Amino acid sequence: MSGSGHGQTMRITLKVWRQDNPSDKGGFQVVDVPGVSPEMSFLEMLDVVNGRLTESGDRPIVFDHDCREGICGSCGVIINGVAHGPERGTATCQLHMRKFSDGDTIAVEPWRAAAFPVIRDLAVDRSAFDRIVEAGGYISAPTGSAIDANMIPIPKPVADASMDAAQCIGCGACVAACPNSAAQLFTSAKLAHLNLMPQGQPERWARTEAMVETMEQFFGSCTNHGECQDACPKEISVDFIAMMNRDYVKSKRKNRQLLSQSI
Amino acid sequence: MTTTGYLDGKVPTGPIDEKWTSHKFNLKLVNPANKRKYDIIVVGTGLAGASAAASLGELGYNVKVFTFHDSPRRAHSIAAQGGINAAKNYKNDGDSVYRLFYDTVKGGDFRAREGNVYRLAEVSVDIIDQCAAQGVPFAREYSGLLDNRSFGGAQVSRTFYARGQTGQQLLLGAYQALARQVHAGSCTLYNRTEMLDLVVKDGKACGIVVRDLLTGEISRHSAHAVVLATGGYGNVFYLSTNAKGSNTTATWRAHKKGAFFANPCYTQIHPTCIPASDDFQSKLTLMSESLRNDGRIWVPKNPNDTRPAHQIPDEDRDYYLERRYPAFGNLVPRDVASRNSKTQVDEGRGVGPIKNGVYLDFGDSIDRLGRDVIEERYGNLFQMYERITDEDPYKMPMRIYPAVHYTMGGLWVDYNLMSNLPGLYVLGEANFSDHGANRLGASALMQGLADGYFVLPYTIGDYLAGMLGEKPVSTDDPVFAESENEVRDQIRRLLSVNGTRPVDSLYRELGVDIVWEHCGMARNQAGLTQAISDIRSLRDEFWTNVKITDQSESLNTSLEKALRVADFFEMAELMCKDALDREESCGGHFREEYQTEDGEALRNDDRFAYAAAWEWTGESGQQRLNKEELTFEYVKLAQRSYK
Ligand SMILES: Cc1cc2nc3c(=O)[nH]c(=O)nc-3n(C[C@H](O)[C@H](O)[C@H](O)COP(=O)(O)OP(=O)(O)OC[C@H]3O[C@@H](n4cnc5c(N)ncnc54)[C@H](O)[C@@H]3O)c2cc1C
Ligand code: FES
Repeated sequence: MSGSGHGQTMRITLKVWRQDNPSDKGGFQVVDVPGVSPEMSFLEMLDVVNGRLTESGDRPIVFDHDCREGICGSCGVIINGVAHGPERGTATCQLHMRKFSDGDTIAVEPWRAAAFPVIRDLAVDRSAFDRIVEAGGYISAPTGSAIDANMIPIPKPVADASMDAAQCIGCGACVAACPNSAAQLFTSAKLAHLNLMPQGQPERWARTEAMVETMEQFFGSCTNHGECQDACPKEISVDFIAMMNRDYVKSKRKNRQLLSQSI
Repeated sequence: MTTTGYLDGKVPTGPIDEKWTSHKFNLKLVNPANKRKYDIIVVGTGLAGASAAASLGELGYNVKVFTFHDSPRRAHSIAAQGGINAAKNYKNDGDSVYRLFYDTVKGGDFRAREGNVYRLAEVSVDIIDQCAAQGVPFAREYSGLLDNRSFGGAQVSRTFYARGQTGQQLLLGAYQALARQVHAGSCTLYNRTEMLDLVVKDGKACGIVVRDLLTGEISRHSAHAVVLATGGYGNVFYLSTNAKGSNTTATWRAHKKGAFFANPCYTQIHPTCIPASDDFQSKLTLMSESLRNDGRIWVPKNPNDTRPAHQIPDEDRDYYLERRYPAFGNLVPRDVASRNSKTQVDEGRGVGPIKNGVYLDFGDSIDRLGRDVIEERYGNLFQMYERITDEDPYKMPMRIYPAVHYTMGGLWVDYNLMSNLPGLYVLGEANFSDHGANRLGASALMQGLADGYFVLPYTIGDYLAGMLGEKPVSTDDPVFAESENEVRDQIRRLLSVNGTRPVDSLYRELGVDIVWEHCGMARNQAGLTQAISDIRSLRDEFWTNVKITDQSESLNTSLEKALRVADFFEMAELMCKDALDREESCGGHFREEYQTEDGEALRNDDRFAYAAAWEWTGESGQQRLNKEELTFEYVKLAQRSYK
């Protein structure tokens, strides 16, 4: 591979959150970062910073990442106050330094939400999302029990709407962007994915009640700010929240009815 | 070298289309009430691991599931784009189980086991049913029925997909099935927990030693059987399309505990990825293979042509694939397309700021079909390309270059997916089983889910049935203490080196300068010999000069990486050794000394129609070879040709 750089480089000032452990108070560290190529992704810039910190005997910055293609949902930081940074519909790992200018100061912080405690530096614990899914975010279809796939035709618009919701990568930007740290967009996207499908109908009401109530144990309440939709790297629509709210109200009645029938 | 051993894949006898059915009948069963008396460890929550854990949990076994990710849903499988094959023949275009079997054996360049491949094709149809039932939002036609696309050279349309996010949707299906079992209490999830050793007693796998990535705590887990579904080792090249965390540690540590590592030199290089832009590049991004349906690949005839691509007239362009392979043109298989790009770049005709790519041009297709059609077909890929390169592929041809994508090699397993160590099962990309020397597009997702949903749940019972009444080996047993001590020692050693080079600097040199250079798209004896000696000296440097400044027990990403890279340093050596030993070219393994006059791969079936299963003998690079002879009863051995 060739030598270093084939264009202009930039010098930026990084103001990055450092916190040694969950109970540490934490604070910003200011790092001067010369030699940033506009071709670098944001995380590659952090890689470069980490290399330099290590060489100078400092501890590298801890952050979560994996696919670096905007699909695994591991990455995610607040960049200058905005979840995943300035480019719409783009996860942190897909953001490139050409979106910034020479001389910029860039503030980087972890997701801020009570349900996502900071583990270290920029890494947070998002396992509350797994608890919501475990509560009912599935269709019970034990291995081996399925009928031929084409026995369940699904109108294309329904399948497409379901897929729009199913695209959620579970990064938590919606929670981080919400003034109330609510998880309505995440939960409603999973509910819509499953509740729209014919296969999802038998468990629809039980699923809705269980997932919404588990969500409420961990997260704040939605007051319709809509910041979640703007922060979502997959641009998932808040319309799914409206659908969840309707389903939840119905689920209370339906689940009682189902219960009384079974007695 | 010590004498060669021979291995039996234990493929059942009988006609190919009856093997699996009769085998299932002959396998011993565990009575439903007894299943809860068995503990099973599953490491990995990608397609293979999550589907296996969920299915075993549903059957009633006690399952412990481990992943180094923060959530099972983040496994590397999530990134698969294109689709999953299945012999449904919904298109009525002549597909069948037999045709999928045939295509896979041939595509694998006759280095896979026929019996396994047939079973894979057979259960492929059940996978689609299973996933649809779980609510995977596959693409549909207006009729409401499932849609298919064609893929990777196949002459039938058998690939099911969910937009460009098939892996994501299939993994979410498996993850949700697993979440249901976690909720039901049959599966216990250990996230952010990394397996660092396999524990073996009396030759049988009996547990693992893990590190809690949040607290640094090392702990022991025992079980009646251990299942590894830990993915491939493509990141030995440093730059690849794999997720950054993908690594070989689980399979490598198992290898050092006695599990045979098979065909490590079979690695797949995907022809259409975005070229590296500079030395800071951390990974490579795949552009779907489907682009080659409408894009034409070319380089300027004059290597010093400085004109922008669109100003270079047709007579000054070399459409080298169309020129060399008039019949297949831009649609030659992955290995052929990749090698040809390499030749162009090596000979100085590369394009782009650092001359490390070739053009993939949509100009003609846009003129012929209109921008709308191209946008509908590839819109999301074009957008991804623009985001990364800041160039508009509707106006400028894309620049592409091959990148490491998939590893066909892996731990050796028999027909039951059990390694040579009883009690150790290996699934998904981590095993070597079904793709021979080259994998066809859309077949990895199929294999991972076949292994996890439809093969392992049957075959593991056969092993467990014989252990009824036995307790798992106690974690107080000396074998566990020994493993734990080794793990602790290694961590201590790494943290105490206190040298001058960060892990990534050594890792990049290993992957890019040595392994990619000498054991990448083209290999030869001199280069491989050089590579082995370079790997050894760099490994010595790693152990004496690596610098890890973070000494803490909590989430310590540099230590995690150093532990993984330490294993890549040994794995890389075996890969080169295997490549050196295999004096033929086949599929993804191209030895320059063994090619036809036209520069195509030249197999040597008389000498090399076997799987090479390497056995650890105590020291890196000193593995002993075990051969599993491959016989082809159904698909006739033939030279591939794409002219
Ligand atoms: C960009 C890209 C696109 C692709 N597209 C396609 C496609 O369209 N069609 C297709 O068929 N194939 C495709 N593939 C290939 C396919 O995605 C993979 O081969 C497949 O998903 C591997 O699945 P797996 O379950 O075996 O492993 P993985 O998904 O890699 O999962 C590995 C799991 O093991 C865990 N793990 C690993 N080591 C440890 C350890 N030591 N301790 C604890 N846990 C551990 C990880 O946390 C993870 O959960 C693509 C691959 C890439 C890179
Ligand atoms: S690293 Fe996977 S979404 Fe960003």
